[in-house]
Amino acid sequence: MHINLILSAALILGVIGLLAAIILYFVSKAFYVHEDPRIDIVCDLLPGANCGGCGFAGCRAMAETLVNNNSMEGCSCPSASAATIQKIAEALGIDSVIMEPKIAVVRCNGTCENAPAKVLYDSAVSCAFATSIFAGESACVFGCLGCGDCVKACPFDAIAINPETKMPVVDEEKCVGCGKCVANCPRSIIELRLKGKMNRRVFVSCVNKEKGAAAKKNCSVACIGCGKCAKVCPFEAITVENSLAYIDYQKCKLCRKCVSECPTGAICAVNFPAPKATETAEQPATEN
Amino acid sequence: MKTFKIGGIHPAENKFSKSNAIEEFPLPKVGTVLLQQNLGAPSTPIVQKGDYVKVGQLIGKAEAVICANVHSPFSGTVKSIEPVVDALGFKKNAVVIEVQGDEWDESIDRSPELKEEITLSKKEIIDRIKECGIVGLGGACFPAHVKYMLPPDKKVDYLLVNAAECEPYITVDHRLMLENADKCIIGIKALLIASGAPKALIGIEANKPDAIKHFKELTANIPEIEIIPLKPKYPQGAEKQLIKALTGREVPNGKLPIEVGVIVNNISTCHAVYYAVQKNRPLIETFLTVTGKTLQTRKNYRVRLGTPVQEILDTVTIPEGIGKVIAGGPMMGKAMSNLNCYTVKGMSSLLLMDEKESKRAEVTACLRCGKCVYGCPMGLQPVLIATLSEKGRWEDCEANGIMNCCECGSCSFTCPAARPLTDFIRLGKSKTGAMIRSRSQKK
Repeated sequence: MHINLILSAALILGVIGLLAAIILYFVSKAFYVHEDPRIDIVCDLLPGANCGGCGFAGCRAMAETLVNNNSMEGCSCPSASAATIQKIAEALGIDSVIMEPKIAVVRCNGTCENAPAKVLYDSAVSCAFATSIFAGESACVFGCLGCGDCVKACPFDAIAINPETKMPVVDEEKCVGCGKCVANCPRSIIELRLKGKMNRRVFVSCVNKEKGAAAKKNCSVACIGCGKCAKVCPFEAITVENSLAYIDYQKCKLCRKCVSECPTGAICAVNFPAPKATETAEQPATEN
Repeated sequence: MKTFKIGGIHPAENKFSKSNAIEEFPLPKVGTVLLQQNLGAPSTPIVQKGDYVKVGQLIGKAEAVICANVHSPFSGTVKSIEPVVDALGFKKNAVVIEVQGDEWDESIDRSPELKEEITLSKKEIIDRIKECGIVGLGGACFPAHVKYMLPPDKKVDYLLVNAAECEPYITVDHRLMLENADKCIIGIKALLIASGAPKALIGIEANKPDAIKHFKELTANIPEIEIIPLKPKYPQGAEKQLIKALTGREVPNGKLPIEVGVIVNNISTCHAVYYAVQKNRPLIETFLTVTGKTLQTRKNYRVRLGTPVQEILDTVTIPEGIGKVIAGGPMMGKAMSNLNCYTVKGMSSLLLMDEKESKRAEVTACLRCGKCVYGCPMGLQPVLIATLSEKGRWEDCEANGIMNCCECGSCSFTCPAARPLTDFIRLGKSKTGAMIRSRSQKK
């Protein structure tokens, strides 16, 4: 009796299983989503960080758009290397569009030494919150607050706060220029600038729009808007507005004449070789 | 005893200065009067460098709807109109006056006699409050006349007077009630006319028994004013909690007190209204407690607006180890990052907190203990909305009622893990509010 019971139970379950399998087979065929197989190929080639630097809702969305447009015009991945872009272009049989690489640049040099703290902040560690309740520990209302909203936003672990200077430092190897830190800085201090030939860049490391005396009161390396840099630039790359100088990275040819002219040391030149022993002018070559 | 039912906490009262009579603070040599001393828009300066101004003269005209007039607290010559750094380090426009003597504008009645009879009509009272630049002196500094500009279909059943002073340390309202009760009561009568309400309820926390007794005596023959003692609990002085305790009515989410037929004003505002309505005197001063646990001398000052805060601090011996100077109370006040600032309307206290008391404990992980939920007087879940705010999920914040938060600080106060709840909720409120505004603008 027992054997019969077990056999009949097994048989009934087996038949149910077989019926379910047949139904599922036909249903899966009927509801199959036809997708261009190239989307999967492109998606696999993309970095897969879903950083949003391309402006789309993730790598898959970008892959879909690329395949649908069948062109890379206006649709590039800033996080992918040139080799990856080339591979994707080959897979789709289209021309590759390689953008000049950009990197996040923190345009503030208000370190603990340059902009000494007058008060101590011990509230919520959030730049967005801090900027809503006070000007800042150094009293500069434009300067970096050091709470690390940029660090929290970075999907590539490419920015970190240096505990000695209390300022964010960008890792040149890891930063792909996706722009997430730029969007999350409540004071718009970070800017995406061209990585530059041999990774060299020159920029004004200040966003203070106050008149010179007021700016200098809180930070020794503030831009005072004197305009000497603009006058000396042979390529007309520098403009001064609201007591603040700005270097256009498309026009800048990295000659560094402005760096030596600047009376406060507000202009930074990154990744240049150290000045020779005979040069007495100060070159602030801070890694930012 | 009446109280509000949901949440609330009991911080130490620390009302050390409650027996210090109000002292008149001397005039400074240079006064710096900010052009924005109210919630809303700044006033427009109508004087220029070199002008001679008198006390009570209009120097900043309110041009927007949510704006209040600013009057000169001093007589003297205008040195400049320039941006100055306020208590938080931000630049604000101000009129700087070289103080010369104490000459008052002729239109102000300086007689010391108490003027009991109110001769102005309802409209005239509201206009007078507007002209005199009266703002809510409970701390929000909302232009007072705007509360009384009601649409014709809204009726006021009660005028509620907030004499709770639930913030620890602050004692100016208490002293005003003991020393100037008669003026406060006439101010309340004027506001009854302005609102058209038949009755006023004055809510006083039971930790001020002398004030309750004094007011009960003075209003024994005034049937339209009733004194109601309240159970001491923070934040009894918060608007919605006061309405619930005094009338049992609950203001619906996102609505104003007028929705339940009530207008609320602080007792200090009522005092300022007396001067405006009966003596045509604009708001040119503030009542300020200078206090702290480790201070030897504490003060309650009557000080003109635009007086340098540093000069006020110089009159008390500042002990060693002060960590924070707070403008306001320890719960909702703002820690000052710049002491070279000036007194403004609604500045009710300078609290000097020692380092031990003011340094925050190290933030640790949430225990899910629920104390913040238990303490929130608005019935919200601070643990939830603070985390949503930290993650930037503004739509979820809105769905969980973040806009109902009154920022009282009860959640941060009770949190055993020292999490900065009120900070993130404040941030969330401002971002969620911006999102809601941009959504309604798109429509």
